[in-house]
Amino acid sequence: MPLIQLRKIAHARSGDKGDTANVGLIALKPEYYPILADQVTAARVKKHFEGICFGAVERFELPNLGALNFLLHESLDGGGTLSLKADAQGKTYSAALLRMEIEVDSL
Amino acid sequence: MIRIANGQGFWGDSLEAPLEQIRRGPIDYLTLDYLAEITMSILQKQRTRDPRAGYARDFVEMVARGARDILDRKIKVVANAGGVNPRACRDAVAKALDTRGVKLAVVAGDDILHRLDEFIRGGFPLKSLDTGEPLSNILPAVQSANVYFGAAPIAEALDKGAQFVITGRCTDTGLVLGPMIHEFKWALDDWNKLAAGTIAGHTVECGAQCTGGNCQVDWESIPDLAGIGYPIIEASADGSFVVTKHAGTGGRITVASIKEQLLYELGDPRGYITPDCVADFTSIRLEQDGPNRVRFSGIEGKPATDSYKVSISYSAGFKAIGMLAYSWPDAYQKAQAADRVLRQRLDRLGLSFDAIRSEFVGANACHGPLAGEPSSEIAEVVLRVGVRGPDKAAIERFTKELAPLALNGPPTVTGLGSGRPKVEEIVAYWPALIPKTCVAPQVSIQES
Repeated sequence: MPLIQLRKIAHARSGDKGDTANVGLIALKPEYYPILADQVTAARVKKHFEGICFGAVERFELPNLGALNFLLHESLDGGGTLSLKADAQGKTYSAALLRMEIEVDSL
Repeated sequence: MIRIANGQGFWGDSLEAPLEQIRRGPIDYLTLDYLAEITMSILQKQRTRDPRAGYARDFVEMVARGARDILDRKIKVVANAGGVNPRACRDAVAKALDTRGVKLAVVAGDDILHRLDEFIRGGFPLKSLDTGEPLSNILPAVQSANVYFGAAPIAEALDKGAQFVITGRCTDTGLVLGPMIHEFKWALDDWNKLAAGTIAGHTVECGAQCTGGNCQVDWESIPDLAGIGYPIIEASADGSFVVTKHAGTGGRITVASIKEQLLYELGDPRGYITPDCVADFTSIRLEQDGPNRVRFSGIEGKPATDSYKVSISYSAGFKAIGMLAYSWPDAYQKAQAADRVLRQRLDRLGLSFDAIRSEFVGANACHGPLAGEPSSEIAEVVLRVGVRGPDKAAIERFTKELAPLALNGPPTVTGLGSGRPKVEEIVAYWPALIPKTCVAPQVSIQES
């Protein structure tokens, strides 16, 4: 099956709570949500953010919004004012997740 | 139906937005959020220096500029601008209004800095929600401690006839839910309605981040970001509401822009906990209700917990961050080499830090390994190095080791004109819980 980047079928927004980043992933069309739910698992997201996320990844489903919410623990160099990262609040992690490649039949 | 506008998403947000909200069309309430997690410690320091300081002065300036319109149009204003000195804020607002007989409410009682010993001795260890450590481990370093109150004291102040409600620490969502409880006489255990008002508050608490700001979907075509409209909630007594903005303003409100904001800083979507209720984001129904209008319905909630969240700030050492820019050719390799040289020098000086972090802006500072190897032709790369630790002298010394690299390191470097980096005190954040029975909000009303 052909591979495409998530950005073709989803948009996202990310933010922080302490050293945890959250990334909300939203299907651009309702029919894309099952693809996200099926392929963008917590384990895949953990692997995708290797070298960035050093803790666990949790996934929550919001089928009513066609969205998934991920919590990436230990991802912000301590978070808040402690963090030395340029992106101390993980604001660009939304786009980082959209780099992930997934399999689709056709769009 | 009542119209509740947000005019401020954080302290530092647009100074013009609240005035535009007042002047560009009808609103009943103007809500403003000024307090970020570390703002309280800054305000606490200001108050230590001057007992009449310690609140958001931007708010007072806004009132002075907008007073005529606010009073003529009978707009009610709800703001957490009081910081650690809400009464001083009220006095400044009364002066700025320069009009007799305006009812001003203060919601206080959130400041528990002077009671921490009492709570710890009383068997409430105020353990960090992040690490589980008891507060006693860092008690001498604490700079501020405030309970997050919710919508109830705001509603109480409005019930007592206040036109201005000035709070200390309270939840962003409470600023919006409070007026709904007051207007619609919602019971404080009507969990679905309280959840609806809470989700309305979450949607607008970051200002224009729900009206097209930061929106990824077709971002290039979002009209007039320079004149972006801030959000307005058209709230109904049954708990349904529409998020919209004034006609003629920029930005775009779509189901997509709203969904992005709903997911912002979200944890477990079924358990969004505030002092007022536990809201369930998986119950939200959204529909586009015409241009720049999104309707919310179906929201469900659960009973509130028996705790308040406490926001504690404490001194946690020092940090400094400096930058140098390297140009083509071999910009990335030069920046990497400079980083190695810098670290060798820091080692030879015997300096040690809790953390040292190097990032390469333009190559991979945002996305790390996901960005891949930068092109060998990359035009320029900024080396950004930060250190943190308890030893202020070591951090000071670090700030003096960057500039020499402009002459004694890899070539084609420029210093970005910023001089030596500044040493900053780190004021860190310690979230904890406290039983609601330990603290009570105090609502007081005065006429200007």
